[in-house]
Amino acid sequence: MAEGGGKIDPMHQFLVEPLFGTQNWSIAGYNIAFTNSAMWMVVATIVLIGFMSLGTKGSVIPSRGQVMVEGAVRFIDNMLAQNIGPEGKRYVPYVFSLFMFILFANVLGLLPLGVVGVHPFTFTSHFTITGVLAILSFAIVLVVGFWRHGLHFFSLFVPHGTPWWLLPVIPLIEFVSFMVRPFSLGLRLFVAMTAGHILLKVLAGFVVNAGNAGLGVGLLVGIPSFGLMVGISALELLVAGIQAYVFALLTSLYLNDAVNLH
Amino acid sequence: MPQISQLAATWASQFFWLALTFGIVFFVVGRGMLPMVQKTIDSRDRSVAADLAAASSARDAADKAEEAWRLRDQANREAAQTLVAEARQRATAASAATLATAQAEQAQRVAAAEVDIKAATARVLGEIEAVAAEATQDIVSRVSGAQVSVDEARSAVQAAMANG
Repeated sequence: MAEGGGKIDPMHQFLVEPLFGTQNWSIAGYNIAFTNSAMWMVVATIVLIGFMSLGTKGSVIPSRGQVMVEGAVRFIDNMLAQNIGPEGKRYVPYVFSLFMFILFANVLGLLPLGVVGVHPFTFTSHFTITGVLAILSFAIVLVVGFWRHGLHFFSLFVPHGTPWWLLPVIPLIEFVSFMVRPFSLGLRLFVAMTAGHILLKVLAGFVVNAGNAGLGVGLLVGIPSFGLMVGISALELLVAGIQAYVFALLTSLYLNDAVNLH
Repeated sequence: MPQISQLAATWASQFFWLALTFGIVFFVVGRGMLPMVQKTIDSRDRSVAADLAAASSARDAADKAEEAWRLRDQANREAAQTLVAEARQRATAASAATLATAQAEQAQRVAAAEVDIKAATARVLGEIEAVAAEATQDIVSRVSGAQVSVDEARSAVQAAMANG
């Protein structure tokens, strides 16, 4: 972290580095090195599967873990039922996977594992990742929309009750707002994760540099900064949950547009 | 910003591993484990709903039974009250009849006794007359030396007794 004579680079944490000498792995000319990012995706997957395995025993009187898993399932189930209606059941597996994957990625990236020498990496702070997830959701919306409604899906761009004299303008605006969806979806998560992590790293830099500057400065600057870090860490946990929720919620809202066209 | 400066170098790797891990998540978690959890939730919800329905129908049955019991109880109470009233009436009638016969018998006995008393009084009066007449005869003979017949003495006694 501390590089170049006490300078702390808050961007260093986002660096993607190939691990275990895999930087030359490639398929069809594309590099697929197993990076720290990939490692945390694998970790998130394994932890998520481990978490879900708490809930698959199917006992009538649930254990604590099963209650947690069932709570998450109910949460996504209800969200889709409310936003899409009975049709929403079909999209629960995808939205649930999306929500839990992003949630676990965000939370795992926040764990203070640096204390034990492991460097956590939040892969949702890369827009390569969030962009792919956003495009995936957007593509599913498009496929569902055109599959169910055919070309009639284009009537999405003409909201109900549009006066005829606005017809030249409204579809254009609607089209732009529609095409912006994947960007807003992907960028929101990326920005939230990146900003929080930078903030934490900058405050951590304050603490370290103030400590190096002597006792007086260290106490004066270090302690408030550390206190702020504690607060912001709590806030970041909230943001980790909220961003996963927003991603899943917006996906379900867009799916609703595609399923229940007007 | 590594997200931008490394984009060209790392996007393929990121994409590959994301596709792999998210694919695993979707098929293992979303398609494999989620339905099991949902099945548990559904079966529990169903059994809870069934239990609630059973409880509410049991409560309805209990309410109905209580209502029926209340009606039966009321009917029984009314029947009992009629029975009591009837018994009371019968008892009153019986005691009235008994009383009446008793009174009649008593009246008869009283009448008979009065007749007896009258007869006895008459007899006693007759005896008193005879004794008084005898006594009178005796007294007259003793006092005056005159012999008075029984009939004379008796009529004198009768006259004295009639006067008190």
